[in-house]
Amino acid sequence: MQDWNRQKPAFLALATAPVLWLLAFFILPLGIVWLYSFGRNVGLTDIDISGTFANYARALEPLYLEIFGKSVAVAALTTLLCLVIGFPVALAITFAQPKWRPWLLLAVMLPFWTNLLIRTYALITVLRTQGYVNKSLGFLWDQASSVKAFLGLAPLPTWEPLELLYNNFAVILGLVYVHLPFMVLPLYAALDRMDKSLIEASLDLGAGHLRTITRIVAPLAAPGIISGVIITFVPALGAYLTPDLMGGPDSQMIANVIERQFKRANDWPFGAALSFLLMYATFMLIALQALRTRKIEARQ
Amino acid sequence: MNHRMSLEEFRANRRSILKTMGAAAIGISFAGALGACSKKDGGKMPSTGEEPKLNFYNWDTYIGDTTLADFKNASDIEVNMSLFATNDELFAKLRAGNQGYDVIVPSNDFVERMVQADMLMPLDHSQIPNIKNVDPSFIDVAYDPGRKYSLPYTWLVLGIGYRKSKVKAKPDSWKVLFDSDEYKGRIAVLSEAGDMIRLNGKYLGKSVNGLTPADIAQIEALMIKQKPNIKAFHEDNGQDLLLSGEVDLVLEYNGDIAQVMKEDDDLDFVVPKEGSQLNSDTLCIPKGAKHPKNAHAFINYLLDAEAGKKITEKILYPTPNAAAKALMPDAYKNNPVIFPPADRLAKCEYAAYNAKLQPLYEEAFTRVRAA
Repeated sequence: MQDWNRQKPAFLALATAPVLWLLAFFILPLGIVWLYSFGRNVGLTDIDISGTFANYARALEPLYLEIFGKSVAVAALTTLLCLVIGFPVALAITFAQPKWRPWLLLAVMLPFWTNLLIRTYALITVLRTQGYVNKSLGFLWDQASSVKAFLGLAPLPTWEPLELLYNNFAVILGLVYVHLPFMVLPLYAALDRMDKSLIEASLDLGAGHLRTITRIVAPLAAPGIISGVIITFVPALGAYLTPDLMGGPDSQMIANVIERQFKRANDWPFGAALSFLLMYATFMLIALQALRTRKIEARQ
Repeated sequence: MNHRMSLEEFRANRRSILKTMGAAAIGISFAGALGACSKKDGGKMPSTGEEPKLNFYNWDTYIGDTTLADFKNASDIEVNMSLFATNDELFAKLRAGNQGYDVIVPSNDFVERMVQADMLMPLDHSQIPNIKNVDPSFIDVAYDPGRKYSLPYTWLVLGIGYRKSKVKAKPDSWKVLFDSDEYKGRIAVLSEAGDMIRLNGKYLGKSVNGLTPADIAQIEALMIKQKPNIKAFHEDNGQDLLLSGEVDLVLEYNGDIAQVMKEDDDLDFVVPKEGSQLNSDTLCIPKGAKHPKNAHAFINYLLDAEAGKKITEKILYPTPNAAAKALMPDAYKNNPVIFPPADRLAKCEYAAYNAKLQPLYEEAFTRVRAA
């Protein structure tokens, strides 16, 4: 393999376009929003960038910190559930017959090809009071009731539909549903690279299946688990569509507050400060992970 | 002093009378030209002298099926319509400068906001003779006195949509939504901070435009107390929640409930006895429009009786266009949901845009949601 250090002109020629792209369409606009976070509204459309920290001070008030805290908790629970559900799925795909594997991966990725909004509305029709879940359960309940009546027992009380939508349960369910592929794919990538003979060795030497998974598979898949956790946690932390459409009166997450600042409240400086606090937190998370990897590499 | 004042007043009045007369004269000559033209080439409007194009920025499902094609037949002007979903989206898009829109449809409070931010072009009434079709009660409105910048396209009123078989009595007061556990878990209200706080104010007997920070704090406490009884804060899709049986009472606009009432007989709508908040969507020309003459011609066309009738048939919102309303069937004209009783409407107000209170509304609402 060639070292790019020895091919500098070629490397520069190739890198110019993407670097310019990144600069013009990512760094620059983001920089402007970052500057806004140190500004204040003058009139309805003008922002005076005065270097004030007032927006950050307001963003760190208990009201907003609590909402940050709640969003972190929701995102953490989502990530944990994704890991618990996604790990067996990734394991199953890894150990499936080779001819099935592409199809199983396709099944995981397929929902990605549908718009998030459409998937969310589909979930709403499934979960609502007159939705498919409640209708099916209601039907089974009525059947059970008539069987009991037929046997001469007292029939069941009338079916009360379950409250599956417009509460925090619905938000977590929606977020897990949407973010599961983010977890499964990196886990699969890590598990697929693993040397399967290590598992055989573990089983041959007398470890049970559970012990093999906790002592052999999980540590070997750790890089995949960590990247899966990060790329699930970060978008879940910034989710706003799911809590907006499926949440109840107290399912507000930080991204909903940010959205309102840019739209209804017309307070871009404060919205920018809130967004950047979220971004700083994300950067710190990624930096911690990078430090960890470096430490591990140094140890090896 | 007094004397001079009255003299000046007189002069001002005289000038405005002259102006009105002049406008009327131009209007007549324009209409005359139109009449003359129509004899020659079958209903064609005279060319405006601009390239035959127009960019129209409108709400979704807010125009007649054939309106744009009919306008093209009459004027040769090709209308390119794009859609926005909220006033905030419209405002956010235009605040950085007009990217080429000629006609926009902001609501009344955003007309005020955009006038304050110098984003709208004054309308030349002489180019819009169909103003005569607009119901006189919509001409002198507080948010745009004399209709300098906007002309009304539709109007709406907020109220309570409900399922008749699930309520004990007609929900005639805001109390059922804002201050009662009678319908616990079967209520959905708007997630719009300003509207929610103003209507709570209405329930407490205050004017929607007369709220003070102390009132807002009182309303915040009321909303936090009521929150456990509320099932959802909806994004203006309350009619769907009502239709699907998710909730039995919903805070919504009359036009939205009228649309779903066609599908379900069990639904109805009431403007509560305390009064409510009126909204009006209006036709405006943003500053920097590239085809201002076409824009005037288009606004004039939308206010035409026949064109207005076709739009109203499709969207079923209350129309401020008296001439178009006269052409509509009785089922529309006498519909008490689309046109609530006059004594109730008399207690309704337009909400003025208040730059000082808006951030307080938002923060109070954030606290309610976080509580």
